[in-house]
Amino acid sequence: MSNIYMPERGEILSIVQESPIEWLFKVKTTIKPAPGQFIQLSIPMVGEAPISVANYNHDEEWIEFLIRKVGKVTDAIFNLQPGDSIFLRGAYGNCFPMDIYSGKRVIVVAGGSGTAPVRPLIKHFIDDQNTDIELIFGFKDQESILFKKEIDEWRKKAPMILTVDKGCGIDGECVGLVTEYIPHLKMYEGFDNLEVVIVGPPMMMKYSALEFLKLGIPEDKIWVSFERNMSCAVGKCGHCKIDETYVCLEGPIFNYVKAKKLLD
Amino acid sequence: MKKLLTNDEFNTALLSLSKEYDIYAPVTLPFKGTFSDTDLVKYEKITKLEEINLKDKSYYSAKEILLPIRQTIFYFNENEFKKPEGRTKKALVLLRSCDLHAIERVDNIYLNNKFADEYYADAKKMVKFAVIGCPGKGWESCFCASMGTNTTENYNLGLTFKDGAVYTHIKDEELNEFFNDGKEEEFQMEFVTENVEKVTVPENIELEDIINDEMWRDYDRCIKCGRCNFVCPTCTCFTTQDIFNRDNSKTGERRRVWASCHVDGFTTMAGGHEFRQKSGDRMRFKVMHKISDYKKRFGTHMCIGCGRCDDACPEYISYINCINKLSKKLGDNNE
Repeated sequence: MSNIYMPERGEILSIVQESPIEWLFKVKTTIKPAPGQFIQLSIPMVGEAPISVANYNHDEEWIEFLIRKVGKVTDAIFNLQPGDSIFLRGAYGNCFPMDIYSGKRVIVVAGGSGTAPVRPLIKHFIDDQNTDIELIFGFKDQESILFKKEIDEWRKKAPMILTVDKGCGIDGECVGLVTEYIPHLKMYEGFDNLEVVIVGPPMMMKYSALEFLKLGIPEDKIWVSFERNMSCAVGKCGHCKIDETYVCLEGPIFNYVKAKKLLD
Repeated sequence: MKKLLTNDEFNTALLSLSKEYDIYAPVTLPFKGTFSDTDLVKYEKITKLEEINLKDKSYYSAKEILLPIRQTIFYFNENEFKKPEGRTKKALVLLRSCDLHAIERVDNIYLNNKFADEYYADAKKMVKFAVIGCPGKGWESCFCASMGTNTTENYNLGLTFKDGAVYTHIKDEELNEFFNDGKEEEFQMEFVTENVEKVTVPENIELEDIINDEMWRDYDRCIKCGRCNFVCPTCTCFTTQDIFNRDNSKTGERRRVWASCHVDGFTTMAGGHEFRQKSGDRMRFKVMHKISDYKKRFGTHMCIGCGRCDDACPEYISYINCINKLSKKLGDNNE
């Protein structure tokens, strides 16, 4: 039996500021995640926190994490420098069902830091000739826009709507919530071949899903990612349980048919 | 092997057992109760029969022997993480039938819920269980008969204390050598067959049918103290904490401490977002785990009917009444 709580050492390779409060940390590690999974990141003496995988490369052995400075652990992570150690265990949780999405038309709606967990998925499909992808990104304001360079590249390869909740619509951005733009999406004709992925704050996911349902998209075509307080990530600590479902074990990615029954 | 031992002979057995085993049993701690001039009955190490409180239900269950209130996961310094040694001496735990069933409930979460927890698994390997039969109808708030936990066969040692003697059923061969005294005698373990409290657990509850029910608002008076969770033998949630040594901030430990779904902060995420803010919703979450969703996952109800939550609540909230109310409500709806 291996010790499920024992983390392994990783090394910070680079730190890039993505927004005033969100930095992208690239960490050297042999852990091999899949899109949608998360890692328990920790700093000894401070604590441990679940952070979703914002990108990875199995061959080059690194994972990127988009981290927002909002708590005890993330505060401490923001004090680290390239070359410093950080501790990891995982990868945990299920992942996006890439085989179901493959070869279809995939609509990705991401809000704020919810763009991080869908980034590996977008990177996987953006150059895939068989899979069409269409994107809606929503951010709070101009300076909160994450992964700007990549978004510009993706825009050239796939239909995209980029919107900010408030502020002026410069650089081709729309103004307003993502839900307003869902009816403007292009790829609606015929739902059989369609999958919708929604990741963001709870309210944004809820109302975006309702918007798609209003347009007649079947529930089982919609996928969301849950965020919960987690202490162990291995189905023991109980914090993330909803009804009989442990978000850390069966989630964080849920089909809407299941997600709509996960009531807190 | 079934034997009848005098109390003295039983004490001789305990004495020789205690060289190899830490023996845990409910004991009375005078004036340690919640209120002034009250005693506390909890699990402690014992070496003789007279130390055991056989008369009362223990306030806390035996779960802390396998899942301590605070447990070090590992110690660290600048270079390494070191797992603590864990239990080195074997243990024998004297408990009631319901509490032994509770251990099986904990096993499901700690050993069978996708990942196995080696701290729990290692502790469990070192522990044997001695079941004490319960006379009469149990205690006031017991409802083991309703939950089907009133009897058990899964013990290493069965004990019935009666008329100044101890009827002993030694099922575990490793324990034979400690019971050389006494004479062989056939007896039946005394288990409760009926309680004063009777609980009807509604089956196959759909969360969406009851989540918005007004009945949960009756429980908004809960003060979120978490006592019901801490005394519950099947509540096993924890929170991980890192601490460092005050005199050397480069060394410290990661540990887990008991957590409660009633206490503030249980669901709070970084940034402050929290689910289930109202006490009544936390009551609903706990009750559903005990009598509905655990069963969906593991096939048996989590609640074992010990009634400790009702004994411990400072607001006199009755979990028993809550289940019966729910049952009546769902029954009424079905008619």
